[in-house]
Formats: sequence, structure tokens, C-alpha cells
Amino acid sequence: MASNSSGGPDRQRIAQQRLRIITGHLQGRVDVDSTILAAECKAQGSQTDVSREEEKKTVPRRRQDIMKWNGWGYSDTKFLFNKKGQAEFTGKRYRLSGMIIPALKEWFEGTFGASMQHKSPATTMACFLSARLNSDAVQPPTLNEAFVEELKSTGIPFSHDAEDRVFRAHGHCLHEIFALREGKVGRVPDMVVWPNCHNDVVKIVELACKHNVCLIPYGGGTSVSSALECPPEETRCIVSVDTSQMNRILWIDEKNLTAHVEAGIVGQDLEQLLNESGYCTGHEPDSMEFSSLGGWVATRASGMKKNIYGNIEDLVVHVRMVTPQGVIEKSCQGPRTSTGPDIHHFIMGSEGTLGVVTEVTMKIRPMPEYQKYGSVVFPNFEQGVACLREVAKQRCAPASIRLMDNEQFKFGHALKPQVSSMFTSFLDGLKKFYITKFKGFDPDRLCVATLLFEGGREKVLQHEKQVYDIAAKFGGLAAGEDNGQRGYMLTFVIAYLRDLGMEYYVIGESFETSVPWDRVLDICRNVKARIIGECKDKGVQFQPLSTCRVTQTYDAGACVYFYFAFNYRGLSDPVHVYEQVEHAAREEILANGGSLSHHHGVGKLRKEWMREAVSKVGMGMLQSVKDYVDPKNIFGNRNLI
Amino acid sequence: MTDEYRDLGRARLENEEEFVDILEERRQSSDLGHALRTFSPHPYKGAQSCSTADLKKAVLESQYLHYIAKEIAAETGSSMEEVKEEACRILEEMSQNLQLKFIRLMGFTLTKVLKRLYSSIFVNMEGLNTLQQAVQENPVILMPNHRSYMDFLVISYILFTYDIPLPVIAAGIPLAGMKMVGEILRRSGAFFIRRAIGSDKLYWAVLSEYVRTVVKTGIAPLEFYVEGLRSRTLKSVMPKLGMMHMVMEPFFKGEVYDITLVPISISYDRVLEESLLAHELLGIPKPKESTTGLLKASKVLQEDYGSMHVNFGRPISVRHLCQGKINRCQYNLVPRDLPQKPSADVQACVSWVAHLMVKVQEEGYVIGPWALMACLLLQAPTRVLTEEGLLWQELTEKTLWVRKLALDFGARLNWPSGQGQSSDVMSSTVALHASVVYRKAGRVFLVQEEEPARERPISPEKEVIRTAAAVLMLASYRNQCLHIFVRPALLATAFHITKAAQKEELLAFFCFLRDVFSNEFIFIPGNSSQDFEEACSLLRKCGAVHVSEQEVTVSDAGLEVLSFLQALLQPFIDSYQVIFRYLCENQVHVFAEKQFLSAVRNLAKELILSGELLTYEALSSDTHKNVLSALQRLETVTKSRASEQNEYTVNKAAVRRINDILSGKIPPQMLPSTPDAKL
Repeated sequence: MASNSSGGPDRQRIAQQRLRIITGHLQGRVDVDSTILAAECKAQGSQTDVSREEEKKTVPRRRQDIMKWNGWGYSDTKFLFNKKGQAEFTGKRYRLSGMIIPALKEWFEGTFGASMQHKSPATTMACFLSARLNSDAVQPPTLNEAFVEELKSTGIPFSHDAEDRVFRAHGHCLHEIFALREGKVGRVPDMVVWPNCHNDVVKIVELACKHNVCLIPYGGGTSVSSALECPPEETRCIVSVDTSQMNRILWIDEKNLTAHVEAGIVGQDLEQLLNESGYCTGHEPDSMEFSSLGGWVATRASGMKKNIYGNIEDLVVHVRMVTPQGVIEKSCQGPRTSTGPDIHHFIMGSEGTLGVVTEVTMKIRPMPEYQKYGSVVFPNFEQGVACLREVAKQRCAPASIRLMDNEQFKFGHALKPQVSSMFTSFLDGLKKFYITKFKGFDPDRLCVATLLFEGGREKVLQHEKQVYDIAAKFGGLAAGEDNGQRGYMLTFVIAYLRDLGMEYYVIGESFETSVPWDRVLDICRNVKARIIGECKDKGVQFQPLSTCRVTQTYDAGACVYFYFAFNYRGLSDPVHVYEQVEHAAREEILANGGSLSHHHGVGKLRKEWMREAVSKVGMGMLQSVKDYVDPKNIFGNRNLI
Repeated sequence: MTDEYRDLGRARLENEEEFVDILEERRQSSDLGHALRTFSPHPYKGAQSCSTADLKKAVLESQYLHYIAKEIAAETGSSMEEVKEEACRILEEMSQNLQLKFIRLMGFTLTKVLKRLYSSIFVNMEGLNTLQQAVQENPVILMPNHRSYMDFLVISYILFTYDIPLPVIAAGIPLAGMKMVGEILRRSGAFFIRRAIGSDKLYWAVLSEYVRTVVKTGIAPLEFYVEGLRSRTLKSVMPKLGMMHMVMEPFFKGEVYDITLVPISISYDRVLEESLLAHELLGIPKPKESTTGLLKASKVLQEDYGSMHVNFGRPISVRHLCQGKINRCQYNLVPRDLPQKPSADVQACVSWVAHLMVKVQEEGYVIGPWALMACLLLQAPTRVLTEEGLLWQELTEKTLWVRKLALDFGARLNWPSGQGQSSDVMSSTVALHASVVYRKAGRVFLVQEEEPARERPISPEKEVIRTAAAVLMLASYRNQCLHIFVRPALLATAFHITKAAQKEELLAFFCFLRDVFSNEFIFIPGNSSQDFEEACSLLRKCGAVHVSEQEVTVSDAGLEVLSFLQALLQPFIDSYQVIFRYLCENQVHVFAEKQFLSAVRNLAKELILSGELLTYEALSSDTHKNVLSALQRLETVTKSRASEQNEYTVNKAAVRRINDILSGKIPPQMLPSTPDAKL
């Protein structure tokens, strides 16, 4: 219990190192206006002043101060169509920020049949809150007084402010965001607590057990499996355990290349802090700006660069989790053990049903010397998949290799920012001419693979050549770094784009699966066709966007990621239609040999298929673990089983 | 599910305006021009470009065939190379070689032939238009019924004319053996399947991989006869499931998103092979398919065969059909290429779909006056038809009555409305069928073929066969409309035999009859209560019965309807009873099929001569074979393979029991439930 000992020489050294790191990292930022605080758990116990301590962090306690309450990401960042009707990305945070995206409007209108005239604006926060005051949109908290009293005495900050509670009552499923935009909320947590360290969590869990309070761990809030939804039937007081303040790197072990990190840290902070010391974890899920380490462990997350660094299960060396029965952890940091079933695998993917992950020791790597994006255009999706399969067979996949289908390629293309020079646009034109006219690729069939290489410069260049040589055998043409980089950008801005769509009657979502290689083409075709067919059956008036990419490769299969969106004008209950279509798409995935989930998790959204997915006995095993660890169902989010 | 498809075929053809005579245009413009027309179909959008050679290569190099070859090599001790070479030979013998220029040649010849034979070929344009769309969406399976050699290429001909991708067609291997013709057919898209594949594992493997590859790649629509062979009786034949399974498998395994089945109902006013078929049924073997035989048959080309209706049914989605019936996850845990026995739910589903398709085909038939007249002619004693003649007046009046009944039952008739015209219609119908009946002095007689003068006087046995040939021709035409009447007719028979009014009792007997006769008439497996309900509702609709919660009672007006319907089935019941009697009385317990067929025929002949048996239809070998299959299905006859021949063992007590139920002596008992047809 290292984090317990206050003021040991080691800890002081670490604290100082951290101060250095934080200062460095804050200097790069614009909004520095706060004092810096030593990361000392005990010291904060007595501090209840909310405003003082959190400015330096990406995620403050009052998340609503910097993030949207009813959409994705930062409040200052969004897509909009400006007065000239051009798409624009606001803010300063991203490469694309502040830029005009000329082709987006045409793509948007063309793809969805949407129109700038038909807007579907969201309820504003002010409206929502006043509505709440008048009509109790948010139910008053059911507080367990005894619990609250004892919690107060521990000094752990908590709140039962409506905004705080509403913010932690949802993830980012379409139906959740849609409801918020309409100003509707269901059951929300009755209070929010912000533990500052492992011990705080231990106290909270003890109190919860003592007073029979329901706990729902909350990390980054990026869930897309309804995992954060409060079960409406829950009558106990629900307490959201927001781990965002547990965000320190406790130590870095340069001899073994591991780092011990508090589980509330979000991906971008973790990378940034490690980078200061010349390291990285290399774990980059698409949600890494906001998702937390604890969340990754609890859902079995996967990162874009897993080919080099591995998925979360490969990265984790040691985990601590606080459960109603006490703390579960291993006794050593041996890189592999044969000690019965790996208890980490009870923790990973437990989705908050067993406890709160508080600290994780994970592998780190020196920062890569060199990074290079790349892209390859294929005449059609089939050739592209064949190429990826070959790359996987030869086990020479770069850090990331993704194959986008034709629709997604066009989507990516529509996100090209305005080019400043005539020369660039001339070059683009030339490229396009070469590919479509000279090489004879059909613009409505071609697809593109985006690549990211990492490592030593020499090795990267060599590796790049190897991959391009394979691609050439499948009719692939190298299509430049720019296309590649834009492909990855798409995944970071897609959630912002969904918010834009929702302003104009377009709703959508993404979902994923993993599937053996021989089924990749079949599943892509069938699921996309199913989505289109279901939309038609359900009365959707416009052709939906139904697109996919092969986003990860493995020895025995691949991960496929689908985007699905449609214009819902003319539908009385668009979310219901949306849910039916997504349900049908999942059925189709399962019927085609795909998994229930590759990395999003099960939550409550996909629970109905769990038995089928893991067999009755498997369910029994999971259930008996739950029954032992949490007999009173303190961790009552009812995910998974 | 079934209800939903019940009216698939029927709904569309209400007005006959939709049917267009495609020969009319050919009569007005150049045949050569037609043959050389620009052919620009819109193919399946997901089709992989694939030449005939690519197709063969894909089949031979498939993982599936590799697995099978490995198994066979291990079983037989031959080398993989040998097995693969054999597979290659099989494939060579089988595969089509569709070439547009041969289609043009075929088109040119066919135009000439069709114009000579038929006054018109009616095609429903709306069906063609839907097909044109469907072909672009998903791999399409064309599923025509098979009544005549003529329907073999007529579909390709129509598709060629209307710019729809040409199909590859599953054909019986004997056709391939015909000089020239075989090759022409092959180049017109035919691929050839051996008749008795039996347990030839490699052959099955090559064939199924070939079929699946055609479906998966979507290179062309696939055309096959779900009935497996040409119906000798113009009645639907029990569907074969092997090909149906091959065709549907790519959907089950997720290799295609969906497959579209297009039922096609081809109906003829007069069938080219009518007399040939009747003789074949009487045990006078059909000539082997040969080119010279075909040329010899050219005298049949001199005659008029009226018109042909080709009704393209509404496309049916396999995905839609199989929803809730198949759990496709069952293919998740083994490589999809690995040869595996289909699971029980897959077998049941395939069988259901195959039967459903036959039913939808039936519903698409366009019935002419002749089929209705044949029903009535057969209800007159044969002696009347051969000697005294049936009063024309009586026949025409009764035919009009049956016409109304058929319309009540939802048949689609090719019969111009208007009272005045009806007698003209019937007169010309009889004229068209001069090979079967003739009119003299206000009476109608059965035509009996002339025997060479030196053989007169004709022996009584020869006489029976002579009459039987004519009767069987007539019966075939009646069979064209049996599906309209068969369910109410089973109920009418149940009334007749049980004399009951209790719904429950009637249902039990109905189910018994349906079970016994389900090789004779095609019913969808497991649908017996729906069939019963349909029978009740049709009879109620025409005012023949009153239906209450518990009872079904015959109305006064209904007697005529019921007796007509019951008489419709009587020949079948009589024939079955003759055979049951043979099986019960015969001393032998074990017999070979050949022996059985000739013995039964002789018995029937004797009974007809003695006047004990009235129906000449009991001489039809088709009925004999059906009884044998039915008894096997009911597990009263078992087949064993001793030496080279198939031998049958009969459980006499069980046969007797069935016979007793059928003659109303004992109430129906549960017959052993029909096991799901094997694939």
C-alpha cells in the first residue's frame, strides 16, 4: 500500500518530479491560472473547496465547466455551418480546429438528404435547468443520510447538485445523448463522490456496504454500452464514484519499464505525463482524450497501436481493485504467472460490477524515435481485405493499419480542410486523375488503407517498404501521408460530427465486432446490407450511411468497425427506429460469426446476448464470482450479467 | 409465414391484360434481327467478374473440394492427384459454357420452332420487370416447373428478349449425350447433372461446390427444377431437396446477404409430349434422348399446341423465408468449407422452402378450359366416352359450373369472360385436343389410336391399354388444375367416407388422407391444420358447407360440389386400394421394384377387364411409384439393398390397416409421423 505512506523520501521525490512534469505540460497550455498542488492524498482530505485544485487537470470535478453536457467533448469545440453555409470546426484544440471544411456540406447533404433549412436544435442547459426547477425534470436525490454523515466525516468531496448528477448518468450512446438534447433524463445518481486516492475508495466502499448504498464507478464517461445508465428499478441511493481526481502517476520504474498509475487518469494526460519522461504506453483508443485507465481495464479496451504495444490485457502488469470483500491484487509483478486462472481476467471486463479499479501498473516504452503516416488505395474493398490478411499472415502489421470502405473513404475526403495553396489543390487533382483515370480505379468502389508506422527511422522506412510491396501485389497504390493522417483524424472528430448531424435531423452511432479472417468480407457486406434493409423496412425516408472499416488485424481475424447514420425526418420515434436497426445489425453480426464486442463492452446494451455469447455455464461462472465478491450488489449498475 | 406466401402467386394475375404475347412481335419483325439484337442486361451489382474457366478453377481450388478429396483419398487409398483429376473430369462433364453467340443461334432457331408450334406465348410483363430489378439486387434462382422439354430453353429465350441476364441451367445428363444438341445446350448455359448420383461422394462434392460458386459469385442467375425431373403426369412432383439445399447454403453461411427465389409457372394448353408421356406411364418405355429421336419427333412439330403461359412469380427472399427458422450461428464454430451434414433445422427449412416453392408455382398456373373439361370427362364412365359419347350440351353446362367453382377457389383462368363466347371457347378447345377427344353428332368421344390393320381384331388387353393411353392423357390435363381443388376435395372425401360432421373427426380423417396422398399431391410439411382450414373456408365460400366452432355441415346446395370434388379424387383412392390389396394379398413379403410395377399393372388390368375396377388410371406407373414412396414414408414398406437391386419388405398388417381406414372400416389412427425428408 505504497500510496498510503505519506512523506517517505520516495514519495517526495516523485512528487517533485511530478511537479516538474506538470509545470512543463502546463506551460504549453493557454489556460494556466492556478496554483499547483502536490499530489498528496492525505493533504486533500480536508479540502472541500471545489474551485481551487483542479484547474491544471484535463478533467475537473465540475466537468460541465469544460465539456458539453449533452454532446461530445469540449464545450469550445464543435462543427457548425457558418453563415456562408460552410462547415467550420471551432476551438483551438485540434489540428482541424479553426479551419473551414469546404466539402463537408455537400457530402452531408448528399449522403443524408439533409438540408440546412431543417434544424433540430437541442434544449439548452439553461432551458433544461429551468424546466427542472419548474417540473422536476431531475428527480430530487434519494439520500442515505447515515451514509452521507459518515462520508462527510472522511472529508472526501461529494455533491448532489443536479448538474453533477445528470452529467454522470449517461455515456455516449445515441439514445442517451438524444434524450439529453431533448432535455429528458431518467434515473440519475443521487450523489457524486470524488475519491482522491485508493484509500478514499476503500472508505467509500466500506461505507456503501455498511449502509447498503449502490455504487456506480465513473471514469471518463465515454461508455457506448449503456453501462453508466442507472437501473431504473434501483431503489437504494445511487452514488456515482467519479475517479477523475485519482489521476497521478505514482511512480515510474525505468528498470522494468513499468509505471504505476492511479486509475482515474485519462488517456491524453497519461501519455502526456509519460512523454515528459520520455515514455509512452502506446495505448491509444479512439476515446483516449476522455476515457480513463480504470475504464480501459474494466471494459477490456483496445488501442489503435495495439500491433506494437498490445491491448490493455497485454499492457497491464498489476491491478488493484476495491471490492465489497476487500482489495484484490496480485502479490508480485512477475511478467507471467501460472497460478490458476488469471485473476486479472476477473477484473478486466468486469464493467464496474465487482468494484473500483484504483491503481494499475502498466508497461511503458521509450517514446518512438520516428512516426510516419501512410495510405494505400485499393481498387476495391475485397483486394484491400486480402492485403490486410496477407500483412497479418506475414505478421508485419505496422503500429496501425486500417482499411476503410468506399463510403468511409468519401467521408474522410469530405473532411479535407481548405487548402491554402493552388499548388496543393493542383497536386490533389493530379493524384485523383492518376488513380481514377490512369489506373482505372472506380471512384465508387476504391477504398483506402491508412497506416501508421512507429519506431526507429531506418526500421520504419524498411517496414514501410515491406508493407507497400505487399499492397502492390493486391493492386494497391501508395496514396500519401496526408490521406493516412486524415483517416486517423476522422476517428477523433467523428463524435463531434455526430453532434453536428443531430442539429440537422441526422442520428448515428458506431459499433464494432471481431471476426475470423475468412468471414471479414461477408460480415462487412451483410451487416451493411442489413442496416440498409432494416432502415427501409422501418420507414426511414432517406438512404442511410452504412459504412465500415477493418480497424485492427490479428493472427486469426480482424476487428471491424461500423458507422451507421440516417436522416430521421418524418419518423415519430427516431431513437426507437435507430435501436431496432442497431439490434438487427448486432443479430446479423452474430449470425455471421462476429463477436458480441471487440472492445466497447457489453454494458446493458448487449446484455441480452451474453448467455448465447459465453454459454450458460460461462454465465454461471461470472454470476458466482459476482455473488461471492459482491453479495449485496453494492456495485449495482447491472452491466454484463 | 406460410399464410403470408399463400397468395404470392395468385394476387397478381387478376387481369389478363398484363400478359403479353411475345410471339406477336416475332411474327411482325425479323427473326434474325431478334437473334442479333443488342443484348444489354443489368447484371447483379455484386457479381464478381468470372469467366467459365475462372468458375471451374474456383471450384477445383476450393477448400471444400480439397477437404473432400483428402477424405476420399484416405478412404480409397488413391492419391490426391488422382482424386483431383477425377474431380476435374466430373467438372468437365458438368459445366456450362454460356456464350452469347449460341444464345443468338438458339434464339433464332427457337423463334422458328415456337412460332410454328404455338399460337402465342404469354408472359406477364410485370413479373419480368420485377425480375429485372431483383437480378441486380441479389443472386437470383429461377425455379420453373417442368412439364415439357419446351420449358427448357424458353426462359432463356424470354430473358434474352427482355435484356435480363441469362441463367445457367441445371439439366439432366441424358441431354448432354445428344450429339450437337448437348453442346448447343451447354453453350446456351446448361450444366449437366447425372441422374443417379447416389452415394458418389466426389460427384456430390463437385456438383454442390459448382452450384454454390455460381450462387456466391452471382455470375448468372441459376435455373433449376425443384421437382428434379419433368412431370410425366403434369402434376407437381415431390420436390428434390439436394439442389435446393446447395442453392440456399451460401445464405445460411453468410456468404451472400440474400438469395432471391423466383418461382416461374409455365402452363401449356397442350403439351408436346402428351402421347409419349401417357405411353411411358403405361410401361412403354420412353425413347432414349437422342438427336435422331428428336428429328423423328419432328412430325409433332406439324401440329398446333395452342398457347403457353409463362408466369414469372413475385421474387421471394430466402432471408425472409428463413427468418426464425434457421440459427445461422450454427456455422460459427467450424470452418465453413468443412464438409458437414446439414442440421435438422436446416433440413426441415430446406424441405419447407422446396414445398412452398412448388405450391407457389401451382398458384401461378394459368388454367385453360381444357383442364376443367378433362375433370368432367374423367368423371363419366370410360365406357360412355369410348362407346356412347358424352352429350356436348351436358359437358359444356357442367364445365361452366366447374369454372365458377374454380374461380371461387381462387384459380386464375385463361378464359375470356362473356357467356356467348364460352361455347366457342370450349369448341375450339376440343378442336385443339383432337388427339384426345372428338365431337360427333352432339356428343364427345375419346380418341383411341389406330392400330395397324394387321393386328385386328385387337385383344381385350390391348384394348385396355389403348383406352388407358387416352384416359391417361386426359388425366394429365385434369392434373393441371388439381391443386385448385385438392384441399376441398380431401375434405369432401372425408365427408363421404366418415359421414361425420364433427370438426375434430373430419380433421383427423383429412390429415390421414393428406398423409397418405402427400406423394400424389404436394402439401407443405407440417401445414395440415392450415390446409384443413383452407379447405373449410373454400367450401364455405362457395356455399357448400356451414362451418361452426365444432361442426362442418353440408348445405343442400353443397351436395353437387362435394360429389364433384369427391369424384375428382376417386380414381386415386381406387388406384391406391388396388395396390394395397395387391400388397396384402400377395404371397411375397419381399419384392423388387420392377416386379412390383408389372404385377400391379397386371392386377389392375385384370380388374378392369372383369369390370371390378372402373378407373383406368390405376394403370399409371406414376401412381404405383407414388404408393411405394408413400408406404415407405409411412414406414409400412422398408427398402433394403440386397445385391444390385433395391428390395422392399412389406408390413402387411400395417398396409391392411391403412386400407381399412381408407375404406372407412376403422377410424384413422395416428400414422407414424413423417420424418423430415432427408437431403
